[in-house]
Amino acid sequence: MSESMENMQQDRRDFLKAGTLVAGMTLGPGVLFYGVAHSRAPEQAATSDVRWGMLIDTNKCGDGCSDCVTACNTENGLSGKTGPQDTQYIRKLNIKDLRNGRVHELPMMCQHCEHPPCVDVCPTGASMKRADGIVLVDRHICIGCRYCMMACPYKARSFVHEPLTDQNPEVPRGKGCVESCTLCVQRVDRDEQPACVEACNAKGHNAMVFGDLKNPESEISKALASMASTEVRGDLGLNTGVRYQGI
Amino acid sequence: MANDVCLSQGGHCRTSQFWTLLALGGLVVLGTLYAFFTLEHHGHVLTGMNNQIVWGLPHVFAVFLIVAASGVLNVASIGSVFGKPIYKARAPLSGMLALAMLTGGLAVLVLDLGRPDRLIVAMTHYNFKSIFAWNMIFYNGFFAIVGLYLVTMMTRSLKQWSKPMGFLAFIWRISLTTATGSIFGFIVARAGYNSALMAPMFIIMSFAYGLAAFLLVQSVMYWWVNTKLDERILARMKNLLAVFIAASMYFTIVFHLTNLYLAKQWAFERFILLDGGVYTTVFWVGQVLIGYLIPLALLFSPGSRKSVVTVMLAAFLAIVGGHAQMYVTIVGGQAFPLEMFPGYAVSSAFFDGVVTNYVPSMYEWLLGLGGIGIAFLATTVAVRAFKFLPQDDFAALECEQH
Repeated sequence: MSESMENMQQDRRDFLKAGTLVAGMTLGPGVLFYGVAHSRAPEQAATSDVRWGMLIDTNKCGDGCSDCVTACNTENGLSGKTGPQDTQYIRKLNIKDLRNGRVHELPMMCQHCEHPPCVDVCPTGASMKRADGIVLVDRHICIGCRYCMMACPYKARSFVHEPLTDQNPEVPRGKGCVESCTLCVQRVDRDEQPACVEACNAKGHNAMVFGDLKNPESEISKALASMASTEVRGDLGLNTGVRYQGI
Repeated sequence: MANDVCLSQGGHCRTSQFWTLLALGGLVVLGTLYAFFTLEHHGHVLTGMNNQIVWGLPHVFAVFLIVAASGVLNVASIGSVFGKPIYKARAPLSGMLALAMLTGGLAVLVLDLGRPDRLIVAMTHYNFKSIFAWNMIFYNGFFAIVGLYLVTMMTRSLKQWSKPMGFLAFIWRISLTTATGSIFGFIVARAGYNSALMAPMFIIMSFAYGLAAFLLVQSVMYWWVNTKLDERILARMKNLLAVFIAASMYFTIVFHLTNLYLAKQWAFERFILLDGGVYTTVFWVGQVLIGYLIPLALLFSPGSRKSVVTVMLAAFLAIVGGHAQMYVTIVGGQAFPLEMFPGYAVSSAFFDGVVTNYVPSMYEWLLGLGGIGIAFLATTVAVRAFKFLPQDDFAALECEQH
């Protein structure tokens, strides 16, 4: 009798141990990831505790690959047409060193400057920088004057020249307004990577690193701290959020 | 009704001709409205403007009118601020023309906006770091100040206020043109702009464009009432125009010399001065030859002191040259590719590294000409309804001469 009691209690202890282990293994990662991810609630404002940025290694940028461009077009509901009046958030540049003929390829888009000229010149304040460093256009107060396009040193902005259909509901756009790369702000707010970065990684090039420039432990900060990088038009002192290496 | 509004012009009613002028101006403005509503519906896809040339022909006309508007007020300033009687007699006409031309220029800018329906946003949301926002404040203030200035000049009981108002208007117009020039001067990224010279250069050019426009309108008004402008006045005004044109040319030379001294600007200077195709042609033929050299030759030609036609032709050419200058500055400055990677040749599917081809469409011409149409209509009605014909005090002029 007492032996069977002993067995029952042993069973119960084993059950509790196993149960705790299973529950811990199930819930633990979630709890841990919650702590790591810092996912913002929709009503919570962007914070200046982070500054989103990107590091692009031109040595890894694929020869003739334009997956980043395609992914951007799909994510943001762009037509993908390349006429002079068509919108392009990101484009592939071919640059050739005139002294030695060395050729590089690199993606060019809004550089998400700390001191963006587009924000300085915008008469209404529609061009704005979010607390986390993402430069955006407020489509509600953009009057379509295009002064920001005159001021951008990177030719990163496009003007919507005609009425639009089949838009991505997450990326509202409108005729008569200016637009540009948002670093896929809708994805960043869900703790995802911008579409271009994801596509580059999926292709195996891993030429684009996205992350928090203010977090010294982030991959991008470590990379920037350990190797030389270039700011395009660094002479302007804009402190761009997008950096390049290999050029 | 027409008889009621032509009393101020003596017996020279020419009612049917007046209505013809109104109809002509109205037709141009009608074309502008057609272009505006079409673009509002279909978007700027119907224009020649694109993501490379974001400001095109409408802006050339608009900025010219805005700059000339503040310049035309100079005639009043010389009278009110510097006390010259022959200019004082012309101050009301100068103030009215300033308002008419600014209205025309601003109308074009507004009608070309991507979202003209949001004009109220531009009036209620100000980014004070933006020189463009400051321009809006200066434009609105200009209407108020010059409007009050006109009232003080044309109301006997308020005459004593016209000098301080004239002084305020003078300071305001200098600030306004400084801000207009700085729209380009403050663009740090582009080789064609980014220069502190832009503001003073725009001011001196405004003197020339404004006075040229004033001389044209004044001459037509005198012709309309079969009166001859006094030769001494003509001679002084045409000499002043020559000085302003020469000063504009001087600033143009200094601007390009400064750029030529900087290695990083060589490519841009080569583009404008040597191998920029249409921009090089517009610069040398339009801005320099038609805008500076021929008018100067005409104004200093032996017979010009007595020839209203010669002075009118010179003024007209200065205005044509002014539009050429705006085309080279505004469109040429954008057509030259942005230099993101010095020492590298750049190419892409987004027209990086190439000179952009810009062909304005009919809609842009209609929008741009509409600015002149609106200024013309406002002027025609104003000179008909009010006493804007200069009334010279020849006794005072005689005293000044001796």
